[in-house]
Amino acid sequence: MTAPVDVTAALQAKFPSVTPRPSGDHVAVNVAAADAVAALKYLRDEFAYDLLVDVTAVDWAENASPRFTVVWHLLSTSGHTYLRVAADCANDAEPAMATVTGLWPAADWHERETYDLMGITFTDHPDLRRILMWDGYPYHPLRKDFPLAGIETALPDIEVAEETGAAVLPAPMMGGPFVASSGEMNLTEAEPRAKDESWNERSAKRE
Amino acid sequence: MVSPNTELAYNSKIEGEVIVSRVDAVINWIRSNSIWPMPMGLACCGIELMAVGGARFDIARFGAEVMRFSPRQADCMIVAGTVTYKMAPHVRRIYDQMAEPKWVIAMGACASSGGMYRSYATLQGVDRILPVDVYISGCPPRPEAVLDALIKLQDKMKREPSAKRLTA
Ligand code: SF4
Repeated sequence: MTAPVDVTAALQAKFPSVTPRPSGDHVAVNVAAADAVAALKYLRDEFAYDLLVDVTAVDWAENASPRFTVVWHLLSTSGHTYLRVAADCANDAEPAMATVTGLWPAADWHERETYDLMGITFTDHPDLRRILMWDGYPYHPLRKDFPLAGIETALPDIEVAEETGAAVLPAPMMGGPFVASSGEMNLTEAEPRAKDESWNERSAKRE
Repeated sequence: MVSPNTELAYNSKIEGEVIVSRVDAVINWIRSNSIWPMPMGLACCGIELMAVGGARFDIARFGAEVMRFSPRQADCMIVAGTVTYKMAPHVRRIYDQMAEPKWVIAMGACASSGGMYRSYATLQGVDRILPVDVYISGCPPRPEAVLDALIKLQDKMKREPSAKRLTA
């Protein structure tokens, strides 16, 4: 094995915007959005990070600024090291980031998913459509301001919606979300249940 | 003296070539013993539905082994799995394409009520878009439970006024 290369230092020498990022596991760096694609290309070509494992994003909070951070997870299949690169989106209301589909074709669907659920527009993406929710769905469900139960909208198919009278409705939470308590040996106790069962759809939550 | 007929089965010597019955009974007998299912396998329950079709459980005993992937040839849609809102209109369309008479079995917690998926993406029970005849509990239900639902559906079919509906 060769001695581990200091990727962070090499990146910093080439891109002054790069800073080390606190990380519990692998090496991670922050980079300015403007340098992101160039830095990722540099990592792919010079440090053999040839596999794009994941593209995802973080929504820090509804009124945080910067609100959205795009995260790329890279793997070097020859060096057997992971690397995490993160870049904040400049615009909090309409976050955008340059696509990396030109570097790794694998980015295509990852970016579509991130666009679908987080609402981050990847500029120059060849086919930026929703991938999980249907075309025309008005929300981005993984954003912090989107409730788990959902928001009422129409079914994707107007004809079926008319015939059945069904609509996309918020799911009944009944005091949920439902979580399993860890460390319970008693399986009945460990069953996922609502944390606060004092309220449901029929009797309101006490303040 | 007339000797009592102790035979339980049909005896052509006594009754000739004629069987007397009700039209409903005949139609329902035929229908309930040749339910061709439309396997709407949408999630993990679909795997269990495949097990029902296997030799160990032998769904052919109930005449329902002919899984038809064309709705035109199917009688009973078995909704096996999580119905997302994105999938729901397609499920309904496939149901609409099935020829009358048709039945629906909601297999598993997800198809019956949304199951553990209390989320923005999941239809909370397929009965919001389809008329369900039999619900099966379980996550996933055992194959025996599916066969039990099939028997329940057969019982239900046998009570239907089929002749009246045919001529109505
Ligand atoms: S009821 Fe359980 S097994 Fe069946 S589709 Fe839902 S989660 Fe899967």
